[in-house]
Amino acid sequence: MNTSQSLVYLIALPLAGAALLLLGGRRTDKWGHLLATALSASSFGVGLYQLSQMLGRSTEARPVSQKLFEWINVGTFNVDAGLLLDQLSICFVLLITGVGTLIHVYSISYMSHDHDRRRFFAFLNLFIAAMLLLVLGDSYLSLYVGWEGVGLASYLLIGFWNQKPAYATASKKAFVMNRVGDMGLSFAIMIAFATMGTVSFAGVAEQVENTSEAALTGMGIMLLIAAAGKSAQFPLQAWLGDAMAGPTPVSALIHAATMVTAGVYLITRSNFVFDAAPTAQLLVVIVGAITLMFGALIGTAKDDIKKALAASTMSQIGYMILAAGLGPVGYAFAIMHLLTHGFFKAGMFLGAGSVMHGMNDEVNMRKYGALRKFMPITFATFGLGYLAILGVPPFAGFYSKDMIIETAFNAGGVKGIILGSVTLLGAGITAFYMTRVMILTFTGTKRWDEDAHPHESPWLMWLPMAVLAIGSVTSGFLLSRGDALVNWLHPLFEHHEEHEHHLLEPIVVSGLALTMVAIGVAIAFVKYSRQEVANIAPENVSVFTKIARQDLMQDRFNEAVFMRPGQALTTTLGATDEAVIDGTVRGVGQLAMSSGSALRGLQNGFVRSYAALILVGAVALIAAIWVVVQ
Amino acid sequence: MKWLTLLMLLPLAGAAVIAVLPKGNEKAAKQSALVTTLVVMTATIAMAVGFQRDNVDLQFVEKYSWIPSFGINYALGVDAIALVLILMSTILAPVVVLAGWNEAHGGRWSVKTFYILILVLETMMIGVFAATDVFLFYVIFEAMLIPVYFLIGGYGSGERSAAAVKFLIYSLVGGLLMLASIIALYVMSGAQGGHTFDINKLSQLQMSSMTQNLLFLGFFIAFAIKAPVWPFHTWLPDAAQSATPGTSVLLLGVLDKVGTFGMIRYCLTLFPEASKTFTPVILILAVISIVYGAFLAISAKDIKRLIAYTSISHFGFITMGIFAMTSQGQSGAILYMFNHGFSTAALFLVAGWMISRRGSSTIADFGGLQRVAPVLAWTFFLAGLSSLALPGLSSFVSEFLVLVGTFTRYPVHAIIATFGIVLAALYILIPVQKALHGPTTPGNENLKDLNLREKLAIAPVIAIIVVLGFYPSPLLKVINPAATHVISQMGFTDPAPTNGGK
Repeated sequence: MNTSQSLVYLIALPLAGAALLLLGGRRTDKWGHLLATALSASSFGVGLYQLSQMLGRSTEARPVSQKLFEWINVGTFNVDAGLLLDQLSICFVLLITGVGTLIHVYSISYMSHDHDRRRFFAFLNLFIAAMLLLVLGDSYLSLYVGWEGVGLASYLLIGFWNQKPAYATASKKAFVMNRVGDMGLSFAIMIAFATMGTVSFAGVAEQVENTSEAALTGMGIMLLIAAAGKSAQFPLQAWLGDAMAGPTPVSALIHAATMVTAGVYLITRSNFVFDAAPTAQLLVVIVGAITLMFGALIGTAKDDIKKALAASTMSQIGYMILAAGLGPVGYAFAIMHLLTHGFFKAGMFLGAGSVMHGMNDEVNMRKYGALRKFMPITFATFGLGYLAILGVPPFAGFYSKDMIIETAFNAGGVKGIILGSVTLLGAGITAFYMTRVMILTFTGTKRWDEDAHPHESPWLMWLPMAVLAIGSVTSGFLLSRGDALVNWLHPLFEHHEEHEHHLLEPIVVSGLALTMVAIGVAIAFVKYSRQEVANIAPENVSVFTKIARQDLMQDRFNEAVFMRPGQALTTTLGATDEAVIDGTVRGVGQLAMSSGSALRGLQNGFVRSYAALILVGAVALIAAIWVVVQ
Repeated sequence: MKWLTLLMLLPLAGAAVIAVLPKGNEKAAKQSALVTTLVVMTATIAMAVGFQRDNVDLQFVEKYSWIPSFGINYALGVDAIALVLILMSTILAPVVVLAGWNEAHGGRWSVKTFYILILVLETMMIGVFAATDVFLFYVIFEAMLIPVYFLIGGYGSGERSAAAVKFLIYSLVGGLLMLASIIALYVMSGAQGGHTFDINKLSQLQMSSMTQNLLFLGFFIAFAIKAPVWPFHTWLPDAAQSATPGTSVLLLGVLDKVGTFGMIRYCLTLFPEASKTFTPVILILAVISIVYGAFLAISAKDIKRLIAYTSISHFGFITMGIFAMTSQGQSGAILYMFNHGFSTAALFLVAGWMISRRGSSTIADFGGLQRVAPVLAWTFFLAGLSSLALPGLSSFVSEFLVLVGTFTRYPVHAIIATFGIVLAALYILIPVQKALHGPTTPGNENLKDLNLREKLAIAPVIAIIVVLGFYPSPLLKVINPAATHVISQMGFTDPAPTNGGK
């Protein structure tokens, strides 16, 4: 494999930014945000350079690697700190640094009144560095460092305003639920080492054919758990809604465009494992299908604009996971949807931030309305993202989502029909809840609080939104033109030259999808545009709405099954440790003491206890010598 | 050059200087202690440079006859395991002195006495790892209790006398069991070629498996109390709660390591068969320690007790790694001992600064510290991340090695232990949220941030934690040959990849 000495700069630049800003303290307040933005942009520059180099090489010679140093080397457990940039990771590198830089720019203005803006930018840079390590590491263990690194950055940024107890709790919840997923990753690495003797991607890929399906299935399931934790997939999805406590640029970057898609990366990167473990692969599809419906349903009931978008993110990642679970035919489409989603969802989140910026940080859409006239640029960019997520041609989502629906139908048999129907239905519900967001926010009547004075955001904020909107319009077309992305990624995934039977013709799928979208839009239109929207959420709603508002009871479930029993156990152990274990020891001590007190005249407590101990020791001694003599 | 004797004499010389200082000159006592510990640290590093890492025999060996009639020698020497632990101890000593500059005030005795005790303790910390004569080891093992007893009972807080006595009783009971075993070994050696306390000769004794099992238990229980392994742990939270932060660092960071060090050096070497016999039981105790310690840490209300409980969990990992009998487990355990010293030091020292500023060690009394004293708060957070073994920090390397090394031979144990990483996230982030986040609790508004001395004390600790997280190779290269040697002496080799049964 070719080597490149400049891969490390991708990570080192933003990492240096984080270190400088954190260690430099208040001295760097004035220019810290500019430095951080510049470093993120430089990293993007290095990424572009790498892409140009890669394009100049033949297909087989495209991946490049860089060995940094020997990291952990014990017995046969040998892991180098090594980086790998191939056709898959370059997609992520450009997404992370590109969208990341735009969000840095946006944040300069969005966070300009925050006392701790420097710290915010330091954490953003830390995130970029960790996320790049995640996608550039050449082994599961180096991926793990990035994996928990982004978890840490996410924790720090969700809890950026942790003086509010609810926000502090949200950040802790995110970290702990992520750690459950991380545990899955730990297990996967242990299984890989115990069965294949290696933890590098290349090593595992090579050993797959010598390994039993049972082991691969185990490893695959563990990787799926890891992916579910990081990508907010069922059943580890409950943290994402609360994560919206973080500043909105964070929601756009980490909890929409990049970090939450790491699970999709992990599964596509581990394609060799899943391709050889059909059971694990099927579970991936099931998790994706459940989550895509789960998120979509929650999205229909949320009045908080960020939480509605978060539910949507969960659902859209469900699409990606589902696609990744379809095997070689699906990997490229998972990545394509991941990239287009990165544009339109990040754009919409920034739009939501722009709206909040103009509305005194109000997040309740029932208190919005008619903002189209007051925030035309935000409306336009958000609207383009809206068209993209709906999958209206020729916007980005049309290409990426339709391919997933089509591939799902083509999975064959009952499985194909079920998966296809779920993805179609999901598209309809997506159209419904996104139209609801659009109507509640931008059209209709004003339902503002009295002190609201909505205004368009400054250019530093709308410029990144505009760039992302361009991506929302064009990225799908560009990536699918001549199967550009599919062909680009093709060498990484094993393709079976089987006859791809088509259950439905592509044009039929598009027609069906558009019909579902039209129905979704129409229902939302009738429900929210034709009637007055209450500025307080109505209480007399269906049971379904009530459940959906509570995130389909996910928190209730976790509390009842894990949290409360856990707390009870913790409290009990805390109490019994003192009483039972220490008590037993004290009892034994007392026993020895009382035999010691038989020795008259030794009234001093300390002396008495020494005496007791000497007695115990003497007994032990005699016993030992007796054993030896025996 | 007699490196080890020199290392042991230097702190004593420092103690002597402090002893003759004029009364009341506290600053000079502190400065002398700091200079002495720095000199010892430098000397240790100088010695370590000359260590041949591929040589598994004892190095820097010294031997003088001490009590000839009993065959007792003053015999010293280090292998990589002892070297790494001595390094850790002598690096921690100046950190503790500098960090706890004012912690001797308010003690029962003078500041001078405090530093004399610390320095005497340092001599013994070096000696206990360097001794190669079992009797000498035992003498130092027991003698160490004396300075610690006075440090807790004389300079601690709260119910310091009770905690000191509890510590002493537990340790003495363990020590006496060990003494019984040692005497038995001595008696047997007389029947098999001459009385001796030399560990190499004792390891070749022939004995029945029953004898071996009993003598093994004598040693193991002593070490399990010291480490501490569940259910011998209840002295630790009390001791840690009452001791000064600096004493706690030495207690948990160094003295407790004598337990896990002893398991490798004495239990495995002297009683290989008994070690194998008891391995299933010990592994279960280790796994219980990991989970149990973590649960207790989650429930802890007092910050010092919390750190003590996390240590019980961490010592569970170390013990599990030692008895997993794979090179990853063994190297991981040894590296864990080193890393845990710094990780715990960071937590305890920062917690100590928080407590001395606030006048309380109850977690709930803090709150919003991040906005009041940001450097203090972020340092505590970093120390916490090291305790929960965040990848990229040193403790991750050792913890993961232990887990992966255990998994290849004992998958079920490793799986249960891995749940500990979720519990670790809880026991760190809960106090972090209570103490650092949220609105500022009344009474905390004017807490001062770290001063220069405190920053200087903690900076090297943090640096070690971060650097060894990304670049543990230099240390692993020293540890690996010794770890592999232990495994092969026990007749084990690493399990080969199973291919999942294909």
